[in-house]
Parts: sequence; C-alpha cells; structure tokens
Amino acid sequence: MTFIQGLQGLALSAAFISSAAFAGEITINSDHSDPVPKKAMEELIADFQKANPDIKVKWNNFDHEGYKSAIRNFLTADAPDVVAWYAGNRMEPFVKANLFADVTDVWTANGLDDQLKSASTSMTIDGKKWGVPYTYYQWGIYYRKDIFAAQGITPPKTWAELLAACEKLKAAGITPFTIGTKALWPTAGWFDYLDLRVNGYEFHMELTSGKVPYTDPRVKAVFDKWAELVKPGYFIANHAAIDWQDAVPQLVQGKAAMYLMGNFAVATMKDGGLKEDQIGFLQFPEITPGLPVSEEAPTDTFHIPAGAKNKDDAKKFLAYVASPAAQSKMNATLGQLPVNNKAEKPKDVFLEQGFEMLSKAHALAQFYDRDANAEMAKAGMEGFQEFMVKPDKADAILARLEKIRQRVYK
Amino acid sequence: MTQAVSPQPGFWKKNQQKLAPWLFLAPGFLMFIIYVLVPIFESIWISFHDWDGLGAKVWIGLGNYAELLQDDDFYTSLKNNIIWLVLYLLSIPAGLAVALFLNQTVPGIRLYKSLFFFPFVLSQVVVGLMFTWFYAPDFGLFSKLIEEITGQQIAILADERFVTYGIIVAGLWPQTAYCMILYLTGLNNINPEQVEAARMDGAKGLKLLWHVILPQLAPATFIAMVVTVIGSLRSFDLVSIMTAGGPYGSSQVLSYFMYEQALSEYGFRMGYGAAIAVVLFLIMMVFITLFIVRMIAQERNA
Repeated sequence: MTFIQGLQGLALSAAFISSAAFAGEITINSDHSDPVPKKAMEELIADFQKANPDIKVKWNNFDHEGYKSAIRNFLTADAPDVVAWYAGNRMEPFVKANLFADVTDVWTANGLDDQLKSASTSMTIDGKKWGVPYTYYQWGIYYRKDIFAAQGITPPKTWAELLAACEKLKAAGITPFTIGTKALWPTAGWFDYLDLRVNGYEFHMELTSGKVPYTDPRVKAVFDKWAELVKPGYFIANHAAIDWQDAVPQLVQGKAAMYLMGNFAVATMKDGGLKEDQIGFLQFPEITPGLPVSEEAPTDTFHIPAGAKNKDDAKKFLAYVASPAAQSKMNATLGQLPVNNKAEKPKDVFLEQGFEMLSKAHALAQFYDRDANAEMAKAGMEGFQEFMVKPDKADAILARLEKIRQRVYK
Repeated sequence: MTQAVSPQPGFWKKNQQKLAPWLFLAPGFLMFIIYVLVPIFESIWISFHDWDGLGAKVWIGLGNYAELLQDDDFYTSLKNNIIWLVLYLLSIPAGLAVALFLNQTVPGIRLYKSLFFFPFVLSQVVVGLMFTWFYAPDFGLFSKLIEEITGQQIAILADERFVTYGIIVAGLWPQTAYCMILYLTGLNNINPEQVEAARMDGAKGLKLLWHVILPQLAPATFIAMVVTVIGSLRSFDLVSIMTAGGPYGSSQVLSYFMYEQALSEYGFRMGYGAAIAVVLFLIMMVFITLFIVRMIAQERNA
C-alpha cells in the first residue's frame, strides 16, 4: 500500500520537475484530500487569487497518508513553494535538515507575533519561525449529558469529583470512559492531559523533548493517577482491539458515558445518532491545584521549503493565510478553530467552548506524537497502551521507555 | 543473380550460436540485476549507516546490528516469525485433506472446488478485515461464541497471548486453499494403474494413501512446502491490517518491524530497517538454498 503511495509520490515529484515555475506562480502541495478540507482549501486559493490577481496558484492535493512519505521526496527532489505540515516536533526534522525556510520576517511584518500568539512557541525552533499556523481544534472530555442527568452527576471540575462520578457510573453498570487504542494515539491524549494537569506544561515539554528521564518520580506520579482510572475498570474492556471510531458506539448506546477526544469526534458521534443536546463538553479536570491550565490543541500549518523558487509570492500567501479574514472563512468551512485571535468566533456550540477554553489557556501542547520525537512517540504510545491493559507493569514500562529515550536523544 | 559469398564470415555469423542464448536472456538478466541484485546490495550497504532518508548517511559499521541484538522488539518479531513458520506449515496437511475430500466425482463438484479456492482469490487485506470483525469484541462471531461457551469474552487481537495465533489462523485460511489447489492438480496426475494394482493387492484406506498416493504427490508437496515457508516469512499484510503489530508490539514479525522502523509514520530509520531486512534475507536464504539444492539434485536424478 505504502509502496504504491511512494511510487505515486515519486511520479508526482517527477511531474513537478517538468513544470518550471514562472514569475508570479506558486505551487502548493498539501494533503487536504477529505471533502471538507478540500473545499476549505479551494475557497482559500480562490480568495487569495482574487486578492492577488498577479499570482497564479498551482495546487497539488495529496492523499493524507501518502503525503507523509511524499513530502520527504518532493522537499529534497523538487520543492514546491508552499507545503502543508504540522507544528512542533513534527516540523523539526525538516528544519534541522535545512529543508524549511525561515519565515520570521512574515511574522514581524504582519504583527503575527501578537495575533498568532497561542501557537507562537510551537512554531519556533532556535528562536526563528518556520511557518504559519492556520487551524487547530480542542481536546477534552465529551460526555453524555442525558446519562449524567439521569445519574445525578454534575460535570466534574476536579480529580476527586471525576473519580466520584466514575464510581457512580460504574455502580450503575455504565463504563465511565470509552476509548479505542488499536491505533495507539488515543492513549497519548490521556497521557498528555494527565501530565499537563499533574506536572504542568513546562514539565511536559521537557519530557517530550527528551530532557527528563521517564523514570523520574513525576512521570510515575502521572501513571499513578492514571492507574486510579485503569485499575477499577473505568475504561471499556478490550480497547486495544478497536479503533477510535469503534469506541464511539459504546457512547451512543449508553454503555459508556465519557470520551476524551479531539473535537473531530463530535461529527462521528452525531453520525452515530446522538443529538447535539445529548453531548456535553468538559475541560479536563484539575489535578494539582493552582497549576496554570494548559490544553492540547494540535495545529496545522503552512511552510515554505528552502528550495522554493518563488519565495516572495509564497510569503504573500503565508501572510494571507495568517490574516483574520482568511482564517475566519477557512475555519468556518473546516469546522475547526482559527489560530488568529482577531478572527471571528466560530458558530458551533462545541467550537465556542473550545475557543473560550483555548484562548484562556496558559500554553498549548501539540499532542504527544507531535511534541515528542517520532521514534520516542511510537515507543511511548505502545507503553501507554500496555499500561492501560496491565497497570501493574508501570515500572517495567517506564524503565523500557527510559532506555529508548537515552538512545533516541543521545 | 549470383549470390555474394563473403570470404570471411562476419562476427555475428561465427558466434551466432553462442550469442543467441545470452541475447534472449539479457532482458531477464537486466531486470533481475536492477530490481533484485542491486537493491539487495544497496540494502546491505545502507544497513551499515545511520540514515533518516533526508540528511547525510553516517557510517556506523555494525552498530545497527549491535542495537538489534539489544532490541526486545527484535526478539519478539523473531519468536513470532518462528511461530508463523511452524504453524503455517499446517496448511499443507489441511490442504491435502481438503483436496482428497474434493477429489471425487459428484454433481456440482466444480462449484465446491471453487468455493474452497475462494479465500485464495481474496486480497489479504480483505481476509484480514474479515477476521478482525470475526474476532471483534462485542459483535464478532467468534467473541459471541466464546462468550456462550466460557461466559467471558476474549478479545483475541488485544490479548498478547493469543494475538499471533489469531492472525496465523486468518493466514491459514487462504494458504490452505492454495495448498489444496496444488494437491488437486497433483491428484489429477496420479497413475490410475498403480492405484488399481494396489487395490488388487488389498491396499486401502490410510495404507493406500501413505504408500501409493502420497509418494506420487511428492512434487506437489515440495512446491506447497516452498510457497508456505516463504509465505510465512514474508507475512506482512495480515499483521499490518489486523493489529499493526499491536497490542504493544506483541504481534510484530520481522517484515512488519522492518517496515515500521524504516518507512512508517514514526520510523524513517533507514539503516536500522535495512539491517532487519538483511537478517530476514539471511533467514530466507537458508530455506531458499535448501530448496534449490534439492531441486538441482532432483533434476540430476531425472
């Protein structure tokens, strides 16, 4: 499968070579292949061309999975002028390999340091900016309002309240949390939030950038909190056999009451038959009192490859994408949140809550597999999954992760 | 018209007999060199480097191999590969049994044969998906059945004790069909006179099968053996579709491990992946050499 996609990538990069760009033309490569992102992108390009009639945009749209390997081919072989990618550690390999261009001037010239403040740290490496963010979405606990009401539970604000709610639900024969960990990453949402609430953002960043050993007692403390949910059986059984979508029916059928997920899951819940007033959103409860509250908000971004032929016009495009008007319109279509704090607030009830929550956040984490080095992330998430099945092996798992950390960040 | 007779025959004329076979072989040779030999040596070369596919290659000698020896995932993969190898061989007797069962003349036998052959025609991805649903907790047929019998559910694909066996069962389904077809063609070529002679001498049942039928099926058994052993070592599709190596890496096999390290979203360790590939290649070479030696010996005898 991936081999074919690799071939497609090669074929495409070969195709780019034959189309030498002339002045006033920019080529954009991106992976907006799903219907909704595709529409958002089409609108964005049309509006940009209307605003800049002298620039012609050529857009190559890749399928989502194939893009991840294709980008490595086209960045080195024949770079386009703009590429879509992700913030944080995901862009680091390309920055370190000198494949992305420094766009700090776009930020300073357009006042983006202020307008895109919430994503500023995740776009910065070595004190320079390497791209502009255009969208993100919130993570949090989605819960069944009607079940909470029937059981007389008010949305928990603290860890103790959450545990009490779980106990009540479990006693009523309802599993508190649904999750599907086959693809591993849903476990990372839990680890991130527990770490952000137990130790805070600064520690979480130190850990994900490999500066703190996994055998540190503060990491153990995160697992201890996690065990308070795992050991009493507050997660559905057999979660390692299913994907995140397969965990949604548990919520829809009322067998489970809560789901820690990204906002994209709301659409799946609604498709499954839940009405909007059945779904509630709550911020992940406080654990260590008084800790500045940070959130998880994976950010999607645009970058200029170092080998771009038309960097001037590409920078115009980046500035346009960063503008409040463009972000308002694009995210209204995407059903996600604009990063620009001058942009219009979204209409959707969950996005409104998310916008509210993220604009007050102390800092934003990107998600474990974007903040941590890719190899570490893979091993880490495997460890989280194993822990959720065998909580007693926490020490062995952490020792193994530490061994891998030492090798990866040598 | 006089025919021009050249005093000295040309180079082509002189060497035509010798050159022609090489010319006919050339396209095949060329393909083999470009697509098989060169990549093999390239992989071996890359396996001595630390390389992420983007930056510069750094020569680390046997570093990747040393790391491999320390890597728990490598041993898990190796162990699973051995389980695959042993259990996958079950498809040979199973295929033989089905073939013997289907080797009769009743109305509609062609339909039955094609139904039994059906799983081999399916893509491995489809087979993997079907078995994933079969094992799925809550709604899968198998989980329901287990729940009826034992009173509790076992999520095969989420349980490190059973996951590899669960995937192998899925793999055996199409592989048995493949072996069956090999044996069915073999059974068509059985010498009826020998069978009749044996019957006259009073051989029947298992004795007839063992002493008369099976020896005649030896070529089919050999081919079935080759494809099954090679098939078990390159098992990748099912692992990738059904578990992606999970839960927590316990159903890894070498080929998937290699893919994950070198090419997946979290990998791009080309050197390390290449080292795994080299190890897998060496293991395969053992079997391939055995098979080739046997084949050559047979050809000499014939």
